[in-house]
Amino acid sequence: MTTLSIILSAIAAFLGLAALAVPAGRLRAGTPIVYGGALAIAAAAGTSAFIQLVTGADTFIERVLPLGLPWVGAHFRLDALSAFFLVVIDLGAAAASLYAIGYGRHEHEALRVLPFYPAFLAGMNLVVLAGDAFTFLASWEFMSLASWALVLAHHREAENRRAGLLYLIMAGFGTFSLLLAFGLLAGPEGGYAFDAIRAAHHGEPVAALVLALTLLGAGSKAGLVPLHVWLPLAHPAAPSHVSALMSGVMTKVAVYGFIRIVFDLLAAPSWWSGMIVLVLGGVTAVTGVLYALMQQDVKRLLAYSTVENIGIVFIGLGLALAFQANGVAAGAALALTAALFHVFNHSLFKSLLFFGSGAVLTATGARDMERLGGLIHFMPVTAFAFLVGCMAISGLPPLNGFVSEWMTFQAILLSPELPQWGLKFAIPAVGALLALSAALAAACFVKTYGIVFLGRPRSPAAETAREVDRWSRAAMLGCAALCVLAGILPGLVIDCLAPVAQALVGGRMPVQASIPWLSIVPIAAPRSSYNGLLVLLFIAASASIAALAIHRFASRAVRRSAAWDCGFPDSSPATQYSASSFAQPIRRIYGASIFLVRERITMPPPGDTGPASLEIELQDRIWEGLYAPIIRAVTVTARTLNHLQFLTIRRYLTLVFLALVALLLVLALWQ
Amino acid sequence: MLDLLVQGGQMLLVLLLAPLLTGFVRAAKARLLRRRGPPILQPYRDLQRLMRKEVVLAESSSWLFRAAPYLIFGTTWVAAALVPTFATGLLFSWSADLIAITALLGSARFFLALAGMDVGTSFGGIGSSREVMIATFAEPAMIMIVFTLALIAGSTELSSVAAFMLSPAVGLRVSLGLALVALVLVAIAENGRIPVDNPATHLELTMVHEAMVLEYSGRHLAMIELSAMLKLVLYLSLIACVFLPWGMARAGAEPASYAVAIGAYVGKLAAGGGLLALFETSTAKMRVFRVPEFLGAALMLGLLAVLLRFVSRSL
Repeated sequence: MTTLSIILSAIAAFLGLAALAVPAGRLRAGTPIVYGGALAIAAAAGTSAFIQLVTGADTFIERVLPLGLPWVGAHFRLDALSAFFLVVIDLGAAAASLYAIGYGRHEHEALRVLPFYPAFLAGMNLVVLAGDAFTFLASWEFMSLASWALVLAHHREAENRRAGLLYLIMAGFGTFSLLLAFGLLAGPEGGYAFDAIRAAHHGEPVAALVLALTLLGAGSKAGLVPLHVWLPLAHPAAPSHVSALMSGVMTKVAVYGFIRIVFDLLAAPSWWSGMIVLVLGGVTAVTGVLYALMQQDVKRLLAYSTVENIGIVFIGLGLALAFQANGVAAGAALALTAALFHVFNHSLFKSLLFFGSGAVLTATGARDMERLGGLIHFMPVTAFAFLVGCMAISGLPPLNGFVSEWMTFQAILLSPELPQWGLKFAIPAVGALLALSAALAAACFVKTYGIVFLGRPRSPAAETAREVDRWSRAAMLGCAALCVLAGILPGLVIDCLAPVAQALVGGRMPVQASIPWLSIVPIAAPRSSYNGLLVLLFIAASASIAALAIHRFASRAVRRSAAWDCGFPDSSPATQYSASSFAQPIRRIYGASIFLVRERITMPPPGDTGPASLEIELQDRIWEGLYAPIIRAVTVTARTLNHLQFLTIRRYLTLVFLALVALLLVLALWQ
Repeated sequence: MLDLLVQGGQMLLVLLLAPLLTGFVRAAKARLLRRRGPPILQPYRDLQRLMRKEVVLAESSSWLFRAAPYLIFGTTWVAAALVPTFATGLLFSWSADLIAITALLGSARFFLALAGMDVGTSFGGIGSSREVMIATFAEPAMIMIVFTLALIAGSTELSSVAAFMLSPAVGLRVSLGLALVALVLVAIAENGRIPVDNPATHLELTMVHEAMVLEYSGRHLAMIELSAMLKLVLYLSLIACVFLPWGMARAGAEPASYAVAIGAYVGKLAAGGGLLALFETSTAKMRVFRVPEFLGAALMLGLLAVLLRFVSRSL
């Protein structure tokens, strides 16, 4: 049985599970059955895709099934790129399913989640296997609709309904753009199979249009600024394990779509395409993390942070395009590997962080940071795993987030070789944006962890929080362990990515397995190298030597007492720093121009003991500038056209007659 | 074997010199202010005293608060051990390059900021929030400096950069000058010196670092203070090894030359400390919202230096 048949049967099994979930959802045991089944299927599919990636990834497999358009059939194709993304998808799916065995029990209306969850997994797996445009678009739409149903699982909250509507519109817009892109790629003969598209030659204007349409289509799904607006609304609205999948995995399917079309189907990019993608990535990274910093809702903050990480991935992809256009295969391979590594890393730590936020939600019922605090005392395991996730996403060594950012920086350092002046100015600027977004991300996650898990409880709910069930804990600890492993043994991941880079850009990074001491080397050893394992060992050794020496030779006495706080400790937890006060310096510095922040302080008159108040006004300028006018235009048009509904029959007949005359006129003029 | 000795010797040397440098800067500042000031060896005594005292922990503090001082010390020490001080070609130089050293200091800051928020007081929060705000400027500026050096030397490894700076191929470059100014600005901010922060004050609303560590006492405070001292040595060593590499022993040099190199290194640290004291006494602390302008200048200078390197090979 080939890997492709295993995965296709896994998809069939997912769909079967979705059908089974309808009757099973009525039972109490339905939740563990469905999620346990999904876990088993995802684990099987992920393992076989991983074996395929590691062993025979350079030979691709193709299969045509008699589905879909009768004269095309449904092509399914498994190559190195698909195998890598299958690993990402099914690893995330397995973790989310494991988590949901415990978390899913808290769902009030299980039937609104259970059938759609396996269907969503099937859709994501199908997209990366698709070997022709029709199958691709159909699976893409299937994935979107399944996730839309999951977003609306808690449809009684008005906010979620709004998120669902916006998501539906943006998903439709994205698919429409991709439809046009594939139409252009297929050309007038209609060669919809990817092989036919690859064989055809595409002129410069077609390539430019296809790139723009793909950026709109895949970019809106991935969350590129300014197409990201639906994402921070829709991802948090779903149950937390689905949020983890949407943020950690579905955005990666969108990245896959972009890579498949731009690197594989279009091939031979021009340098400006790299520059456009690069600049979009840089802007997305910084905007995303600045929005994240302004949030008080944990899940929405995480969703905005996804926007940032997608920006980092697109910076890597843009660099890869720029290198490829100039025939620098080593640089293209490095940049592409960095982007794919970040795809893998982000799927791990974003899933972990969403699981953590779900655990906090279960334990306290709160998503608002201002009502949390001190959870490290009540939920030690969740707190530990979440801390690992926060460190990883902040790009701190020795964890995995640092490695992919480090590789992107190394790719930037190769780029002075590129001759185009546009790139010479754009790349350093984007490098600065990348460094800025990394520093802002660290600030953002200090805030998240500090407010949610540290300090004193800010509400009674936080005070009575309990640790979550063992399934959820196992999923979080598993993701945290993988974050550490990928951080200290990055060479293994890079070697797994080599066939993907080889297939797409015709180059690869040096074989990392042959480098002594498990270091990683992007280009050549004297140029730069990094060894996460040694860094971890050194830190652990020096910290424990210091601790042991002090405890042995100096003092180990400890006394518990009230907090010092400069001699004026206040027993009320309300006097702690809050999420919005923590972000105040950054809001004031960066927010003045980006969000047009206005802060109003109202002080009571002297002698009055009433409370003072602080109002903060933020404007979402992307929404106001881009989306609000469109919505206004649609509303005005709809209102005007609404009159057509209430005409007399005479007028309708006149309209019909006029339309007929107009059509005939057009026909007459045409010939 | 000699390599291992040099690496180990350098780790011990920075650790031993760190309190001395801080004591020297304090004494020099006191002299400049016409005070007698504490003796140069006072920081050693302070550390010893703190280590012997019991730790007073706030009731609301968690394990993170107790582990953080050691983690901060560990990461800072590892970072300091990877900066060449008196010899290039450090044994473990390949395990983390200059980007990784910057990020290691970022890890230390991450834990320090979390520790500041752990007890749940308003002072800790204000310190952490300002610290991360300053870092959002200092880190990108540092990365830009790293880019400039890496593009000039063709390597991000600090030992190779130092070896390249020792070679005659360097010459005077505009970008190096810009990077030097930017690095000095970043070093001042990262070490919490005047005009960004004031290491000598407590209980002032302008403070950053001291507010974060307000709840610490005993051995924990000793570790944090020692890490801060190490960080100062690290930045001075970094400036010295990149911009004043003269006198450093090259890999495989004779043992006697190491003695000369150590002497040169101590001399460089003393000069750096003296300049720092002079600068600190001649400027005033700035408001916290002026800091972005100060560090924004560093970021822009760094970016300009990188742009120059992208545009021309000789600048």
